[in-house]
Amino acid sequence: MALENTAIQDKLIATFGEAVYNFQQERDIFSFEINADQNKAIILFLKNDPELRFHFLTDLCGIHYPDSDVDEQFAVVYHLHNWYENKRIKIKAFLNGEKPEIKTISNIFLSSNWMERETFDFYGVDFIGHPQLKRILNMDEMISHPMRKEFPMEDGGRTDKDDRFFGRTVDNC
Amino acid sequence: MSELLLPPEHRYAKIIKERLNEDGSELSILNLGPTHPATHGIFQNILLMDGERILEAEPTIGYIHRAFEKIAENRPFYQITPLTDRMNYCSSPINNMGWWMTLEKLLNIEVPKRAQYLRVIIMELARITDHLICNSILGVDTGAYTGFLYVFQFREKVYEIYEEICGARLTTNMGRIGGFERDWSPKAFELLDTFLVEFPVAWKEFENLFERNRIFIDRTVNVGAITAEKAMAYGFTGPNLRAAGVDYDVRVAQPYSSYDDFEFNVPVGKSGDTYDRFCVRNAEVWESISIIRQALAKMPEGNEYHANVPDYYLPPKEDVYNNMESLIYHFKIVMGEVPVPVAEIYHPVEGGNGELGFYLVTDGSRTPYRLHFRRPCFIYYQAYPEMIKGALLSDAIVILSSLNVIAGELDA
Amino acid sequence: MMSDSNIKMVAAPDGVAGEGFFATKLNDVVGMARANSLWPLPFATSCCGIEFMATMASHYDLARFGSERVSFSPRQADMLLVMGTISKKMAPILRQVYEQMAEPKWVIAVGACASSGGIFDTYSVLQGIDKVIPVDVYVPGCPPRPEQIVDGVMKLQELVRTESVRRRSSPEYQELLASYNIK
Repeated sequence: MALENTAIQDKLIATFGEAVYNFQQERDIFSFEINADQNKAIILFLKNDPELRFHFLTDLCGIHYPDSDVDEQFAVVYHLHNWYENKRIKIKAFLNGEKPEIKTISNIFLSSNWMERETFDFYGVDFIGHPQLKRILNMDEMISHPMRKEFPMEDGGRTDKDDRFFGRTVDNC
Repeated sequence: MSELLLPPEHRYAKIIKERLNEDGSELSILNLGPTHPATHGIFQNILLMDGERILEAEPTIGYIHRAFEKIAENRPFYQITPLTDRMNYCSSPINNMGWWMTLEKLLNIEVPKRAQYLRVIIMELARITDHLICNSILGVDTGAYTGFLYVFQFREKVYEIYEEICGARLTTNMGRIGGFERDWSPKAFELLDTFLVEFPVAWKEFENLFERNRIFIDRTVNVGAITAEKAMAYGFTGPNLRAAGVDYDVRVAQPYSSYDDFEFNVPVGKSGDTYDRFCVRNAEVWESISIIRQALAKMPEGNEYHANVPDYYLPPKEDVYNNMESLIYHFKIVMGEVPVPVAEIYHPVEGGNGELGFYLVTDGSRTPYRLHFRRPCFIYYQAYPEMIKGALLSDAIVILSSLNVIAGELDA
Repeated sequence: MMSDSNIKMVAAPDGVAGEGFFATKLNDVVGMARANSLWPLPFATSCCGIEFMATMASHYDLARFGSERVSFSPRQADMLLVMGTISKKMAPILRQVYEQMAEPKWVIAVGACASSGGIFDTYSVLQGIDKVIPVDVYVPGCPPRPEQIVDGVMKLQELVRTESVRRRSSPEYQELLASYNIK
């Protein structure tokens, strides 16, 4: 018996009401958005419910939208997968631009531990309750969060490449 | 030089001061440093040891962080393939094809059957080479150097096939949106046929060296075992998960590029220890050989190697110089003025190590807005400290080799 | 009984030969010995490392050039082969490994990433290892073919053969090390 989108949607709205919204089928993945403060409850529900059984966390990442309103400038995206019914869903939680924080799910899914550290490293999103929230891929001494849109890709202090040859000027770099 | 030593307020330093064994011996710290002969890649593990036994481990990664996701935000779509090559560089065609399939999903392009079969052949060839390296290096780490030399010869043969198709040996940058950049020459098929005749013989020899070898079995059975529940909780996919007993394979769950036209088994282990991982990879090589044979037998007639999408596929150079339309298409593709929908796509492929996913967020411009690679190595390496708890130091090395952690995929 | 008809011997240096003796310059003999017994330290970080593995394997066989024993201990190695991208996090470790090597030591930067940062012009990648250690030979390529790596080793052999025995204690060399802040 396949798990239908309507079944997921109805169960979630019945349990969480206004905290889940914007349900849509994006190509082949059913996705929706949630209120950031309820992420732990919703994901635990999705994992433990005997009908939904989304027991595998495929991916966790962050996105930066500097052009949106302050309350929606960061997003944390969860991809969950139900192997029994072969159903994938995508959950997006928007966070505040000045102080992005969200509860950790590392005690629900052990695999989210490093993925949250990576999101913290790249975007500065604070995962409340994470056992070891420190940088993972960049150097520990780094102060900025490099995947944010305002951070440049190249190292500004490099001396051997002349930016003029790459078409970069003070205005567009 | 002193800044690289452990600071005195580190957790392990405190544990050593507090705890003393009954026979008066102390615990010790061992730095399984970033550069180590037995790690195929650079990652560091600080181990807290009681003699030869490991009590705890603290991994540090990021020594080869090249900021792929940041680079991808600044490059047009067709320039991102060289980045995907360099993630799991032992089997780069799989990464390349995964990326092209993500774009085809985004742009709703249907790839012709023959190109799909060719893609299947090249991906299975890449999977063979990935498992070949992993298992032979596992042999080297237990002291058996011969197996490595035997099978690396066949990696050279596969390099010749890659060169015939795309020109490069290792980092192939193969394929285009909708298929391949050129048709496979008859020489490529000849080399492939010779490979399919010679390689199974050599692989059987390699298996015979190890599978019932007393020393190898002693080194690998019951070493680094992981249960299926733990493996799923830690996000394992690929041969490591299948060795633990769960038969999840993206090629079966979500078939892409006509994988459902072929019949193949998904080998599954029992206990998830190193020996099972070794055997699962061996069996997968046999399955891949069978898939390539089926694809060659069922290959559709003709020489169609790419989809007819002039908006995204560069026209041949003779047409660009002689034909106005082709000139305009060429210009638009190179300058990036092609129609790209605003969408969010997630496309997984079965890489050599598990589910390699591409999460692409576009905003209509010529570069992705956000591209995130779901890298299997990064996710399952988190389980390593738990897998080596209580093991001997030499077992830790063998476990690391059998997990097949590729540094390029770990750090990206 | 092995036939030595297809064994190519290294050419003897210029000198005066006689009944039971051969007189030549110390430099030439030492250079010849060093050049034909370079023990590499493979500092393989990424894709170039796989091409190095292909170079060490039986098809291209670097061992023919004297690099039979690959040493992972810096104290026992002669040439440091840096293969792959070096990030800024890795640079202090590369430096430490270089400092631990005993003189005489040479460095080959294999691949575009080690020579100049390669295609990764980003905030986290060191744009060339010659920012932290002195390099003798650069082998470009992404990744370079095993023949190119072997060519790089052969060029290094030329350098080693003609190097003066007194170079390591000369003031120019000390100045070179000082410019990298290596004591």
